[in-house]
Amino acid sequence: MTAPLVEMRDMSISFGGIKAVDHVTVDLQPGEVVGLLGHNGAGKSTLIKMLSGAYQPDGGQIFINGEKVTINNPRDARAHNIETIYQTLALADNLDAASNLFLGRELVTPFGLVDDAAMEAETRKIMGRLNPNFQKFNAPVSALSGGQRQSVAIARAVYFNARILIMDEPTAALGPHETQMVAELIQQLKAEGIGIFLIDHDVHQVMNLCDRASVMKNGQLVGTVNVNEVTDDDLLGMIILGKHPHENAA
Amino acid sequence: MTDTTSQPIPPQRKSFVQQLELDTRLLGMVGAFIILCIGFDFITEGRFLTPRNIFNLTIQTVSVAIMACGMVFIIVTRHIDLSVGALLATCSAIMAMTQTDILPNMMGLGLGHPLIAPITIVVGIAAGALIGAFHGYLVGYLTIPAFIVTLGGLLVWRNVGWFLTRGQTIGPLDETFMAFGGINGTLGPSLSWIVGGVLTVAAIAAMWNGRRSKASHGFPVKPVWAELTLSAIIASAIMGFIWVLNSYEIPTARLRRMFEARGEVMPEGFTTTYGLPISVLLLIGIAIAMTVLARRTRLGRYIFATGGNPDAAELSGINTRMLTVKIFALMGALCAISAVVASARLANHTNDIGTLDELRVIAAAVIGGTALSGGLGTIHGAILGALIMQSLQSGMAMVGVDAPYQNIVVGVVLVAAVLIDIIYRKRTGDH
Ligand SMILES: Nc1ncnc2c1ncn2[C@@H]1O[C@H](COP(=O)(O)OP(=O)(O)OP(=O)(O)O)[C@@H](O)[C@H]1O
Ligand SMILES: [Mg+2]
Repeated sequence: MTAPLVEMRDMSISFGGIKAVDHVTVDLQPGEVVGLLGHNGAGKSTLIKMLSGAYQPDGGQIFINGEKVTINNPRDARAHNIETIYQTLALADNLDAASNLFLGRELVTPFGLVDDAAMEAETRKIMGRLNPNFQKFNAPVSALSGGQRQSVAIARAVYFNARILIMDEPTAALGPHETQMVAELIQQLKAEGIGIFLIDHDVHQVMNLCDRASVMKNGQLVGTVNVNEVTDDDLLGMIILGKHPHENAA
Repeated sequence: MTDTTSQPIPPQRKSFVQQLELDTRLLGMVGAFIILCIGFDFITEGRFLTPRNIFNLTIQTVSVAIMACGMVFIIVTRHIDLSVGALLATCSAIMAMTQTDILPNMMGLGLGHPLIAPITIVVGIAAGALIGAFHGYLVGYLTIPAFIVTLGGLLVWRNVGWFLTRGQTIGPLDETFMAFGGINGTLGPSLSWIVGGVLTVAAIAAMWNGRRSKASHGFPVKPVWAELTLSAIIASAIMGFIWVLNSYEIPTARLRRMFEARGEVMPEGFTTTYGLPISVLLLIGIAIAMTVLARRTRLGRYIFATGGNPDAAELSGINTRMLTVKIFALMGALCAISAVVASARLANHTNDIGTLDELRVIAAAVIGGTALSGGLGTIHGAILGALIMQSLQSGMAMVGVDAPYQNIVVGVVLVAAVLIDIIYRKRTGDH
């Protein structure tokens, strides 16, 4: 068996006595979508922030393609082609869509100056794919709707040829049509061999989009299941009661 | 997959002013400034808007305006620097000692050596940048609030300046060095016209270059007549300014002394004018460099991104701590440049040089539209803010308003300017 694209082994982190993530192990294969489920405050965002470089773990190891890596900051994560859509979106509200999309990776002219026109052109292209109704290219993102802002954050994550994509509630603010487009996008990225961690509270959506689901409760892993071996209710039981479905059956 | 051509940009009917795409906030400030000047000119019966007074106003503004450029970046990143006046004093002290004692005596260059001024300035800028970087380290890496670091800095550097010179006034300063002070270093009429011409051509070229780059990607551009109108406004503003400075004649007695100093005899009936002061040219250069830095470089982009959302900037891989060090170092370097201008203008280093400048500099940046909540501010706004403050103060002095009243008015204007700004932003939905 080949090594998984990502393995987060025995990850732990606490914030002032609160064990936000407590010895959690998850993994991800290329072309696979793994759903992360759990109640509010279960530790999902904290877990993936250790992969995206936002937090340094207190314990645990991260392997990419079987190789142990250290991710000390978001730059390290980007260097491993890990892209993240944060729950908070992480947009600079005073800048426009293109500046946000290319933040930290600006296109520059031969003189080394930022090339706003080229970045806007690229942004128009990718937004045409993700949200064709989007027109506010010259407004600061603070002037955008919640869904439009989310589209910008998604565009930023998919533009740079990610190998590993982390999506923390990417469709929370999206309308039904835009949610459908993100679902299609996930299918397409999956077909390209990208591995995706998808955090989502919508069990139905997870059943549709994911291959496997890992459920967390109070910072601990309840279990990881293949979605086609469980029902919606099994997943709900894991989330709410913290019960593993197979223990149930036994 | 759709590309850009399938998303037509809907044409909209716009008013004349909208088509010019001018910054209405800036227009408001320029309007306020013009009203202020005309008002003072009226009250003083035409003494305010003379070439002589305009010349003096510009050279008095330079030192604060240079620091205000740096303060924009500091405030944009949600920090503050209360130490700029004190830092100016320390840099001034270091440079005064370097040019009057260390270089001529200890290094044996002798007084009046042509290398004294450049070496002194480099030493001063290095000292300013180093002290600024240290402030930035305390703020960025040790996470002490900038307010505290620079409040401490105010006390420390004001008195380090005193300590270095034992509280003495140092002077006279080096001749070449003093050319940066204003009246002792001007370009004269022909060179001023040339500089004006070059600036005009450069400004218009930059504008049309921006238009070309937009058009090459198929983005909407302003109508040609709008660009032409703007070009005409820019050209007349720059050339008008040069014309005013070129109208300020050097008094005959002073001219005669200048000729005598060169060992020549002044021809009878000879007249000439001051033209553009070198200090103002320096400010223009700094303003252009800082504007390019703010708008067209990665560093500038990161400064504004960090001001808008520090967490987002960090998550985008920006090293916001190092950024803080750089911004404060830049502020320190600009304080040193201001120290060159300020001490050269006075022809001496004095102990109280730059006192209360921190307040003037912060006020200039804030009146110029820099938001204390971060993420917003322009270099040209801050310079205009400095100019408005200086005009207000000089105008009141000219009218004969007592100093305490002057300060009361300046204080009220500062608060009122911010209030107007808040109302304006609410109305336009701007942020
Ligand atoms: N920076 C932080 N400082 C202190 N506590 C934190 C921090 N980040 C997260 N926590 C705590 O860690 C726990 C897990 O939070 P996390 O954001 O990972 O939850 P989540 O599963 O993503 O929840 P949600 O579904 O609401 O997004 C919570 O108890 C939270 O209060
Ligand atoms: Mg979360």
